[in-house]
Amino acid sequence: MGDLPPYPERPPQQPPDRRTSQASQRQYSWDQVQPLAADPEEGQQIAPDAQRNAPGWSQRGSLSQQESLLMPRAFQAEEARIGSMEYPSMNTGFPLEFQPQPYSDESRIQAAEVTTSLMQRLQQGQSSLFQQLDSTFPEPPVNPLDPFNLYQTDQFSEGAQHGPYIRDDPALQFSPSELGFPHYSAEVPEPEPLELAVQNAKAYLLQTSISCDLSLYEHLVNLLTKILNQRPEDPLSVLESLNRTTQWEWFHPKLDTLRDDPEMQPTYEMAEKQKALFTRSGGGAEGEQEMEEEVGETPVPNIMETAFYFEQAGVGLSSDESFRIFLAMKQLAEQQPIHTCRFWGKILGMNRSYLVAEVEFREGEEEAEEEEVEEMTEGGEVMEAHGEEEGEEDEEKTVDIIPKPVWKPPPVIPKEESRSGANKYLYFVCNEPGLPWTRLPHVTPAQIVNARKIKKFFTGYLDAPVVSYPPFPGNEANYLRAQIARISAATQVSPLGFYQFSEEEGDEEEEGGAGRDSYEENPDFEGIPVLELVDSMANWVHHTQHILPQGRCTWVNPLQKTEEEEDLGEEEEKADEGPEEVEQEVGPPLLTPLSEDAGCNAGTEGLPDPAASPLLPLHHRNHAPGTLDHPPVLQPLPAVLSGRCALQPLAGGLCLCQRQFENIYIGWGHKYSPENFNPALPAPIQQEYPSGPEIMEMSDPTVEEEQALKAAQEQALGATEEEEEGEEEEEGEETDD
Amino acid sequence: MDADSLLLSLELASGSGQGLSPDRRASLLTSLMLVKRDYRYDRVLFWGRILGLVADYYIAQGLSEDQLAPRKTLYSLNCTEWSLLPPATEEMVAQLSVVKGRFMGDPSYEYEHTELQKVNEGEKVFEEEIVIDKAVAIIPRGALFKTPFGPTHVNRTFEGLSLSEAKKLSSYFHFREPVELKNKTLLEKADLDPSLDFMDSLEHDIPKGSWSIQMERGNALVVLRSLLWPGLTFYHAPRTKHYGYIYVGTGEKNMDLPFML
Repeated sequence: MGDLPPYPERPPQQPPDRRTSQASQRQYSWDQVQPLAADPEEGQQIAPDAQRNAPGWSQRGSLSQQESLLMPRAFQAEEARIGSMEYPSMNTGFPLEFQPQPYSDESRIQAAEVTTSLMQRLQQGQSSLFQQLDSTFPEPPVNPLDPFNLYQTDQFSEGAQHGPYIRDDPALQFSPSELGFPHYSAEVPEPEPLELAVQNAKAYLLQTSISCDLSLYEHLVNLLTKILNQRPEDPLSVLESLNRTTQWEWFHPKLDTLRDDPEMQPTYEMAEKQKALFTRSGGGAEGEQEMEEEVGETPVPNIMETAFYFEQAGVGLSSDESFRIFLAMKQLAEQQPIHTCRFWGKILGMNRSYLVAEVEFREGEEEAEEEEVEEMTEGGEVMEAHGEEEGEEDEEKTVDIIPKPVWKPPPVIPKEESRSGANKYLYFVCNEPGLPWTRLPHVTPAQIVNARKIKKFFTGYLDAPVVSYPPFPGNEANYLRAQIARISAATQVSPLGFYQFSEEEGDEEEEGGAGRDSYEENPDFEGIPVLELVDSMANWVHHTQHILPQGRCTWVNPLQKTEEEEDLGEEEEKADEGPEEVEQEVGPPLLTPLSEDAGCNAGTEGLPDPAASPLLPLHHRNHAPGTLDHPPVLQPLPAVLSGRCALQPLAGGLCLCQRQFENIYIGWGHKYSPENFNPALPAPIQQEYPSGPEIMEMSDPTVEEEQALKAAQEQALGATEEEEEGEEEEEGEETDD
Repeated sequence: MDADSLLLSLELASGSGQGLSPDRRASLLTSLMLVKRDYRYDRVLFWGRILGLVADYYIAQGLSEDQLAPRKTLYSLNCTEWSLLPPATEEMVAQLSVVKGRFMGDPSYEYEHTELQKVNEGEKVFEEEIVIDKAVAIIPRGALFKTPFGPTHVNRTFEGLSLSEAKKLSSYFHFREPVELKNKTLLEKADLDPSLDFMDSLEHDIPKGSWSIQMERGNALVVLRSLLWPGLTFYHAPRTKHYGYIYVGTGEKNMDLPFML
């Protein structure tokens, strides 16, 4: 803060253009005064806090004296404050430095013009003022100068160098202006500092920092524009979030016609794939004649219809999802030689979910793929056999015959043939409609047995390993297939009489009571009245074979010798056969009504045991508008029944409509049990080898015993050779050891 | 899910397989409107459906102006008549953990337990619902904001999470009073925005991995499913305002979760 240089010393530093600009600014500032005049509360300065040069404040002081008659007291006070404020800021070298002298002169000149031009400028004032402030507002703001009102009062009290910008202070805003307002102020130099203050303030607000290009001014402009455009209710309460949104929008410009949004890339890819689904079906519609012929032959069922019925029951996916699944299955039918197919359901996973389609191939089609798989496994077995033979040869060479381990791995139960038992159907999975379908391998009994012992979530990736104890033989694809097999076996039901056995009863005895495994549709099925279906569970039967504890549907004696086994170690097997006789496992035969399921108290009146009942009482839904749970008396509308399976909750449902029924499963793929899951304990520690004459366990002799033995031996030797001195010496040496 | 956008919400949450039949939906729309009027709630949420052996309970919640205030719970058996669930006493809370098994569907059913008194199913439903709500009701970040005066408001300028944010667990909060916030270090708190980050995030849920987060409908919908309480589905369409959660399940906790992960 330098001293105030005397007036005449200050050279005219202003270039002429500045002067003109100042002149114009003066006009503006003058115009600013007009609206100020209009509003008594705005009688304050406009922007007195700006860093204004304070040249010639003394002049102003003199001016004010001169024009004290013209000016109301308020302005004088203002000027005094301006002066006090401006004084220290004189040497800031602000570009808006201007000469006091010409101002004072011009102000005097213009003072006379005030009254005459007052009214003219009043009208212009509004528009020009707004121009100055770069209004981007759609309509003029009400009190643009409000914030500026407050600067003055506080600035005087604080007396800071360039005065802090006082934020909205409600207390001050409405205080009656003790300063009044300059009505017809003829003071032009007063507005000039005001206008200078405005300029300074604006320049300050227009500053941008190194870190961002956005200045506060622009940001506020954007914010206020946004508010005025959108006109939210109660804008003050959402001010912060609007602020944040405006900032965000600035840094994230939306339209970029050249580049795609990288975030949305996977979404667009997925949409492209799904679009392919639609176009394919659209292409089929072109050949209408072909369509008519194919309609009867298409193996894909009417998924939309079943989805509709499931929706009535409150189960199932949304309709557009169902439609996409329908298209995806049509695509599957085109790619693979399919005889029949059905949408089995959806299994939820942690990262992705699986859509499962149950498929039956045409005759002879699938054998090619299976043979490849079998060759792989057989090759592995042959290798193992070689290994064993070599091992035996090595053993015979050694002198000591290492005792052979008695333990033999349990015989591998062969998996069922395709198209029978648990492998009756083939399953295809995909993660989302539009993605390619993957075929699941057939399930082996070992996998089913292990799947019963573990409980794991699916991740969504078919090749993910299943880490568990007991170790699951296979990856997630196998585990998925095993769970699908279990679920199908346990929960697929149909109304009694819908399926009947084919008339080949002579086979029963030959199969050893293993049960019939094939059924066919009953052409004479007429449907069971809805009420009967709801009331009794005996009207529903399983139409899938039960899986035995062995892991298969038909029992296989594991001790039956195959040719390979007979070559190796035949004698040992015979010896062990006796105690390991396996009983034939029998399960409930096909088409067993649900009332026979374990734990179902269909006969008693009490509510079924929640933990054990396999099928919940069915709920009855009726389409008849306006009625809920009423039997169809007047209109024989198709009734939809739904049942939920207690053992597989989370949407194992089925529905019936006249002569149709359908099963679907949507869920996580695990069996329900009221108790917690108890993982299998590790196997007991193996017994050590049995003691026999060849190998007997004894404790090692202790040191004393050994020495005692030695001493005894030596005494025996010494007794025989008492006369030799060398022996005595040796004994002495030995005893010393 | 908000009763106002019930149809869309049900459509979006249908990926889990459980939904509502059209007749239930229609009756919900009208009855929830009446509930809102009668009980003078600011917002009514359809919480979900607890599956029972004989019948299902449909649960709704009513919220007042302050979103984090305790919510009133209503139940119905037929989606048309709603009644407030009686709050459970503290003794019942202790007993409820003992009584296991599925819900029956009859609110007057009494569970028998040899040691303790009989537990009313109505209270059990209520308590179960409270427990589930505290555990797994979630909200995306930015949907609510807190004002300095205290109450929590719905953020009307919430435009949805972006795709990259939507795939992170840290963008979702538990819809309840924060429990773990105080335990955060100062360094972590410095990054938080007090008006938006005032609830617990899902990141630190124990056991880790108890949330499954997936994109469905070709990346147009993000779905969170709880593995600890199977049946809870939360959906959100990124970059839009639509979000919500619904519970459809048996009301039992999945105690085997650590084995299953």
